[in-house]
Amino acid sequence: MGTTASQLGKDLLSEYQELTFLTKQEILLAHKRFAELLTKDEKDLPNTRLPMERILTLPELKSNPFRRRICLVFSTSQHKDGSLTFEDFLDLLSAFSDSATMEIKSHYAFRIFDFDDDGTLDYGDLERLVNCLTGETDDTRLTDEEMRQLISNILEESDIDKDGTVNLSEFQHVISRSPDFVSSFKIVL
Amino acid sequence: MCDLMMMSSSDSNSDSEEEESLSEGEMAQLLEEVEEKKKLIATIRNKPWRMKRRLVDLKEAQEFVDKFEGALGKGKGRKWFAYKVMMKKKWIKFQRDFENFRTACIPWERKIKDVESHFGSSVASYFIFLRWMYGMNLVLFGFTFGLVVIPEVLMGLPYGSIPRKTVPTPDQDTAQDYSVLMDFNGYCKYSVLFYGYYNNQRTIGLLKFRLPLSYLMVGIGTFGYSLMVVIRTMAKNADVGGGDGDEGEFTFAWKMFTSWDYLIGNSETADNKYASITTSFKESIVDEQENQKDENIHLRRFLRVMANFLITCSLGGSGYLIYFVVKRSQEFANRTDLSWYEKNELELIMSLLGLVCPPLFETIAELEDYHPRIALKWQLGRIFALFLGNLYTFLFALFDEVNTKLEQEDSIKNASIWAMKEYYANYTLMLNGTDSPIPPMDPGDVIRGPCWETAVGIEFVKLTVSDIQVSYLTILIGDFARAVIVRFLNYCWCWDLEAGFPSYGEFDISGNVLGLVFNQGMIWMGAFYAPGLVGINVLRLLSSMYYQCWAVMATNVPHERVFKASKSNNFYMGLLLLILFLSLLPVVFTIMTLPPSFDCGPFSGKVKMFDVIMETIDLDLPAFLGTLFSYAANPGLIIPAVLLMVLAIYYLNSVSEAYQHANMELKKKMQMTRDEEKNRRNNTDSTNQVMKDLEDLLPNRSLMPPAPPPQPVKKPEPEAKPTKTRPGTAGKGVNLQRDVTLASPNPNARGPVSRPPGPRGHGPPPGAGPGRGRGRGRGAPPR
Repeated sequence: MGTTASQLGKDLLSEYQELTFLTKQEILLAHKRFAELLTKDEKDLPNTRLPMERILTLPELKSNPFRRRICLVFSTSQHKDGSLTFEDFLDLLSAFSDSATMEIKSHYAFRIFDFDDDGTLDYGDLERLVNCLTGETDDTRLTDEEMRQLISNILEESDIDKDGTVNLSEFQHVISRSPDFVSSFKIVL
Repeated sequence: MCDLMMMSSSDSNSDSEEEESLSEGEMAQLLEEVEEKKKLIATIRNKPWRMKRRLVDLKEAQEFVDKFEGALGKGKGRKWFAYKVMMKKKWIKFQRDFENFRTACIPWERKIKDVESHFGSSVASYFIFLRWMYGMNLVLFGFTFGLVVIPEVLMGLPYGSIPRKTVPTPDQDTAQDYSVLMDFNGYCKYSVLFYGYYNNQRTIGLLKFRLPLSYLMVGIGTFGYSLMVVIRTMAKNADVGGGDGDEGEFTFAWKMFTSWDYLIGNSETADNKYASITTSFKESIVDEQENQKDENIHLRRFLRVMANFLITCSLGGSGYLIYFVVKRSQEFANRTDLSWYEKNELELIMSLLGLVCPPLFETIAELEDYHPRIALKWQLGRIFALFLGNLYTFLFALFDEVNTKLEQEDSIKNASIWAMKEYYANYTLMLNGTDSPIPPMDPGDVIRGPCWETAVGIEFVKLTVSDIQVSYLTILIGDFARAVIVRFLNYCWCWDLEAGFPSYGEFDISGNVLGLVFNQGMIWMGAFYAPGLVGINVLRLLSSMYYQCWAVMATNVPHERVFKASKSNNFYMGLLLLILFLSLLPVVFTIMTLPPSFDCGPFSGKVKMFDVIMETIDLDLPAFLGTLFSYAANPGLIIPAVLLMVLAIYYLNSVSEAYQHANMELKKKMQMTRDEEKNRRNNTDSTNQVMKDLEDLLPNRSLMPPAPPPQPVKKPEPEAKPTKTRPGTAGKGVNLQRDVTLASPNPNARGPVSRPPGPRGHGPPPGAGPGRGRGRGRGAPPR
C-alpha cells in the first residue's frame, strides 16, 4: 500500500499521520531520504524493498552499534534479511521518534536486544549486548571475569522471578523507572 | 464483536426510518462500540503492530465510525461534532509543534552534548546546572530591569538634578578615573547600579508608576520566584530519579539498556561513547567489590577523629582570619593613602580562602580512607561549612559597619536639617512670607549622609567581581597554563609529565558547583541593595558558560573514577535551597529592623522600609481591603494557618512512607510467589516454611500426585506477547490455581491410587535431575 512514486498521495499521507507518531514534515522528509537511496529504475516500482546494506549507509544509523538488529527487527521481509520497505522505514522512525510512548519504545528495545529472537534476554543475549556497547576493538572489551560479574549483577537487579532470563515485563519494569531511556532512544532524521 | 457487526449490517440495509426505531439498549450498545472504535483510532499508533495490519484496522474502524456516528447524532449535531473533532486534532498538533519549538529554543544543547560525549554525564551535569542558573538569573534580571531600573531611567529625574543622583563636588574631579570606577565609586556609585540613586517620589511619570513599592515588591519577589523555581525543580528530580533512597536500584540494568545515545551520528563520538561506557561498566563493577573490605577499625577511627579535628581547626582559623581582615578594613576606611592590595584585601582574602582550603581538606581527608562516594559527601559538607562560615563572618563584620554608618547619619541628618531650617528662616525673614522655593544650591554641594545601603551594595558587588576574577584566573593558570607546560615541556623533561606528576587537570565538579551555589547566595543577598548586581551576574554566567566549556574541552581529561554525590541533582538543589534561606535572613532582617537612610534610596524619609506597603494600602487601595489586611495580619489567624501547614506536611510525609512500604511488600510477595512456583515445578518439596506446614496438615498427603508432568504450555505463552499486566498478577493467577489443585486433591479425578506411578515417560529423563530448569522460553521440555 505504500508507494515509492515521487509524490506521496494526500490521503496516504494523512493515514500515515494517524498511524505513526510522525508529523507531516517528518513523513515527507522520510520519504525524500528513502527515495534518495533508490536507484533510478527502482524509483518507478511501487513497494520497493531496500536491502539492509543501503539502509545502513544512512548517517543516523551508520555509527549505531545496534544498526543490524534495528533493521532486522523492523523488516517485514520473508527471508529475514533486514530489508525495509518505506512503510517499515516509517515504523522505524515512528518508534524512535520524540513523541513515541514508553511502551512502544521499550517493546522495540526489547526486541532489538533479543539477539536470538527467542522472546527473552538470556546470558548469551546480554553478553552480545555488552560486547556491542563496548566497541569492537580488543582493548575496550571486558574480560570474561568482568563480563560474568556484570551480567550476574544485571540479572540480580532485573530478573524478578529468578529464572536466569529477563522477559518483556521485567524489562519494561526496569526501563520504565529509568530517567533517560526515552530521551536517549531517539533517532531523528 | 461479530454479532454487533451483523446487527449493524442489518441496520445499514434498512432505511432511515429504521433509525428512529432503534431501542434504548441498542443505542447504548452502538454508542459503546463507536467509542471503542474511536479509542482504537486514537491509540493505534501505540500498538506495536506492523503498518499493514494497522492500516487495515484503521480503515475498518474509520468506516464503522463514519457510518454510525450519524445514526447517533441528528443532522445539525453532526456538523458541530465534526467541528469539535477537527478543533481537537488541530489543538493536539499545535501542542506538538509548540513542544518542538520550545525544545529547539534551549540554548547550548550542542555544546553540552559535546562535553557529555567526551567527559560523561557528571561533568555535563555541571553545565546543565549552570544553564539552569543562567535561566533563573535571566528571569530575575528581567524583573529587576523591567520593573525598577527602566522606570527610574525613563520616568524619573535625570542624573545631576537632585543631590542623591549627583557626585559630590569635592569628588567630581576624580569621578571618572579608572581606579575610582574599579572601586565602584565616582560615577558608578551614583548610577542605577546601586540603591542610593533611586528617588523616593511616591509616583513618577505619566503612568503614576509607584517606584518605591515596585522596588520592595521586586526585592521580595526575587526570593519568592527563586524559591518556587528551586522547589519545582527538586520535585521534578525526585519524581524522575527516585531520590537518594533508590540509589542502588537498577544501576547495572540501566547502564546496559539505556546508556547508548541513539542520536550519535559521528564515528568519533561513537568511539568516545564506547570508551565511556566501558569505563563506567568497569567502575561500577569495582564499586560493588569495594563494599567488601576488612581492615583495622581502631586505627581508622583514630585517624578519622584526628582528621576531623584538623579540619575544624582550619575552619576556625579561616573564620578568624576573615574577622581580622574586616576589622582592618574598617581602620583603612579612615585613611586615604591605600595601596591597591589594602583596598581590596577583604575580597582577595575571601576568594583565596575559598581556593586554598578545599584541596587542603582533600589532602587531610586521605587519612580517613572512606569509600569515594562517602568521601565526596564529606568533602562537600566541609566546603559548604567553609563557605558558610566565611559568608556569615563577612556579614557580621558588614553589620558592624552599617551600625557605625547609622550613627554617622544621625549627626549629619541633624546638621542638614538645621541648615535647611536656617535657610528657610532667613528667606522668610528677608522676603516677608512668600513661599520659599528649594534652596538654590548646586546638588553637588549639599551635605550628604553616609547612605549605608549603597555601601553594603558596593561591598557585595566588589566581592562578586573579585570572585569572578579569581575564578577566571584560576582556570587560566591552574588548567590552561598547566596544560601548556605539560604539553610543551614534556619534550625536554626528565620524567613523563603527562603520565606522571602534574599531568592534565581533571574537572573539579563539586568545587565548581559549590562555587556556583555560593555565588548565587551572594547575589540574592546583594540584589536588594544593588539592583545592577543581577545584571552583572547574568553576564558572568554567560561568559562562564563559554569560557568553561572551552577550558574543559581544551585542557581537561576525563576522570579516571567517577562518583556522583547522588543519583539525582537534588543534592545540589538542596544546597541551593539552604543558601536561599540563609541569604533571605539578612535581607529580611534589615528590611524589618533597620531604618532607611534619610537622603538616598526609594525609602528615604520613612521610618521603616515596609512602610511603603502601609502607605499604598492606605492611599491607593479601597478602604475595605485595608481592614481586610489588618484582620489577616492578626496573629490569631496566622498561627492556626502555620499549624495547619505543619500538619499537612506531616500527613503527606506519612502517606509517602506508607506507599513506599506497600511497594516493598508487593515486591517481596511477587518474589515469594515466583519462588514457590519454581519450586513446585522442580521438586515437590517446598522451601517455604508456611507452605510446608500447610502440606503437613493435609489429610491425604499420600494422595498428592507425583512430580507434576511437564506442562510448559501454561508458561511461555503469556510472556512472549507484549502484555501490559504487571508480572505479579499473571503469576499469582497461575499460582493460585496450582495451590487449589494441590491443597485439595480430588481423589476421584485421578482414580484410586491402585498402581504404582507409571513409567516417567513424561517426566524428565533419568539422570537429568531437578537441575534442568524449566525456565521460560527455554524451548520444549525434555521428552
